Amino acid sequence: MLQPSQDKSGRLLLSGNEAVALSALHCGVALGTGYPGTPSTEILESFRTLGGKAQWAPNEKVAAEVALGAAFAKARVLCTMKHVGLNVAADVLFTMTYSGVDGGYVLVVADDPGLASSQNEQDSRRYAEAAVAPMFEPADSQDAYDLLQVAFATSERWHIPVLFRMTTRVCHSKSPVKPRFAPGAKLTTAETGAPTADFVRNIVDRVMVPGHAKPAHRRLRAKMAELEWWNISAGPNQVEKRSPALGIVTAGICYHHAREAAPEASMLKLSLSYPLPMETIRAFAASVQRCVIIEENDPWLATACLAAGLTIEAKDDAIFRFGELNVDRVRRILDKDSSPEPVPPRGKPPELCNGCPHATSFEVLKELDCIVSGDIGCYTLAALPPLSAMDMMIDMGAAIGMGLGLRHVLPRDQAKRVVSVIGDSTFLHGGLPGLVEMAYNPPQTGHVLLILDNGTTAMTGQQEHPGTGRQLDGAGTHRVCYEDMARAAGVKNVFTINPVRERALLKGVLADSLHKDELTVIIARSPCILAAGRIAAWAKEQKAKAATTETACTCECGDEDKS
Amino acid sequence: MTSAPIRTSNVRFAGLGGTGVIKASDIFADVAFREGHTVKKAEVHGMSQRGGSVQSDVRFGSEVHSPMIPDGACDFLVVLEPTQLEVFRGGLRSGGTLLVPADIDTARLPSAKALNVAMLGRLSRHFDFPESAWRASLRANFPEKLHSANDTAFTLGRNP
Ligand SMILES: Cc1ncc(C[n+]2csc(CCOP(=O)(O)OP(=O)(O)O)c2C)c(N)n1
Ligand code: SF4
Repeated sequence: MLQPSQDKSGRLLLSGNEAVALSALHCGVALGTGYPGTPSTEILESFRTLGGKAQWAPNEKVAAEVALGAAFAKARVLCTMKHVGLNVAADVLFTMTYSGVDGGYVLVVADDPGLASSQNEQDSRRYAEAAVAPMFEPADSQDAYDLLQVAFATSERWHIPVLFRMTTRVCHSKSPVKPRFAPGAKLTTAETGAPTADFVRNIVDRVMVPGHAKPAHRRLRAKMAELEWWNISAGPNQVEKRSPALGIVTAGICYHHAREAAPEASMLKLSLSYPLPMETIRAFAASVQRCVIIEENDPWLATACLAAGLTIEAKDDAIFRFGELNVDRVRRILDKDSSPEPVPPRGKPPELCNGCPHATSFEVLKELDCIVSGDIGCYTLAALPPLSAMDMMIDMGAAIGMGLGLRHVLPRDQAKRVVSVIGDSTFLHGGLPGLVEMAYNPPQTGHVLLILDNGTTAMTGQQEHPGTGRQLDGAGTHRVCYEDMARAAGVKNVFTINPVRERALLKGVLADSLHKDELTVIIARSPCILAAGRIAAWAKEQKAKAATTETACTCECGDEDKS
Repeated sequence: MTSAPIRTSNVRFAGLGGTGVIKASDIFADVAFREGHTVKKAEVHGMSQRGGSVQSDVRFGSEVHSPMIPDGACDFLVVLEPTQLEVFRGGLRSGGTLLVPADIDTARLPSAKALNVAMLGRLSRHFDFPESAWRASLRANFPEKLHSANDTAFTLGRNP
């Protein structure tokens, strides 16, 4: 693996994700947990590489809950996810701000303005406001490294989980970082400042029944008022006085675009952007002749400033609400230029790798003229030409529910063609309740669920998950068995087929299952070709170990098929 | 809006996922950084392993703001895959330098995979970073079994 570059003055060239991981290590984070999702994935992977304890949860909600338990025990904890992951974890978020925490809890949420690798461009800043969670917004790697420490201090001082909002360009861009400690330094708890974990009973603050939650809500608003005052008087925001003719209020990566687009402008760079330091913004706006808000996606900052009665200019949201900003677009915003933007030539879209096992599964679905209720993963590429063999994809786990809904209302001849198709990691993330629904409210025509088990979370770069039998660091662990799960849920017909080696069988079983008015789960098991070598090497190692200890797997979940 | 130009060198690597675009840009950024420059690097990954168009921007100088090269401001455009030339050509400033695989005698490459390293060799002719810095970075960023092939590929690009 690439060693981080180091220059003569001890600076490291790190991505924002790597900088967060290094800072987490230097803050003495006891546990990192999360679910993979571009652009956040490398944070936990780097944290583990640096020697931190990091693990993948089956989904973001579970990760946020594991992190909450650790924070109730006074530990410092880091939880990471992409923006849509926070939708899954939102239920925890909205009430853990009420309960508060005893340790430091930082939840990194990575937005993707411009949808480089996502299904939507939602703006997490709205979550901070809606759930009443303080929110930091780093602009680059050094900022991410420094602000994470401030975020932990803030979380511990106000006993509240904090959001740490990054964006694709902050996560994946590299820039220099001067760390507080030499790389590889073994740190004492005195140096990291991390508290020792300890359980102290506090039923009133942690059991959110209405009688406890009512005062907790008032307490939360009071904390926020205090924090807003702190943010105004001593917060990590930065005022840079240059020309009084133009002032720019911004946060995150937009700060750098704006510095380049208008080097002479005065700047207010927000780092703790919720609760907003409105008096700081007011004073800044009053100090310049023209004050422009530069922000990506939603007009969140501009709306708040206008509501507070400030005289500011916002971007033209008919154009600039969509996609990420860059130096050229910031220039246009400053020039009030709403003329059509140049359209960059279309590049080549990604496609399934040559030999990908998903391709065979979708060829078979296409040959049988199936209506495919699909899901998210590498296999979503099957929706694009040449296969064009997936009919819908919305959010993780939706394949099953949407497929059932179709079956319930479609005329019989169409209903019989519906198949739900979901990847292995996605099934464990959000598909399990759908499986239970399938058995609980079966459509009259039955249903067919195809689980594409390629032994990895391929889409985000081959992460482990509970179905691989390996943890984030590659250590062996219990492997959940989809076959057992399907039967336990109440599905009678369960098949395991290798789509590559047993293509004809897959087609036969699928055709047969579509014909019957019963529930069927088919597990199409064949490894991702990019991960196959690694999986095979691991399986071989395990076999060698098992030969000495005799604890080999006895269910049919296919130890040998995995290779 | 007129703005005083900040002297930043802008180098874009482009190609398809799997052609070594990211690796080449990592090595170039590493060399510039170790030579004392402030460096920023921007790329979008995620689906890049799946063979789609990929680009990676490296900017360096005494001060760099945005990590992304503005439209038509590339001083150098290094294209690792001929089919991608038309997609990325517009990023080059007028008078900028275009480097393409045809600049390399690919028949003499130790392996097709080493094209990105040969292109780095080609690029190295345009910068006064010491040759040893490039070679050291190549060694630091690849497993040992590739070192000699990379040395050959780099030389092929640098001193054809
Ligand atoms: C809530 C949410 N979390 C994370 C993601 C990012 N993501 C999309 S698909 C996916 C998992 C894909 O794995 P799998 O289902 O095994 O399919 P594969 O890519 O291996 O084919 C992830 C992590 C997302 N889109 N939504
Ligand atoms: S990475 Fe794996 S799962 Fe994804 S397209 Fe390639 S072979 Fe298929």
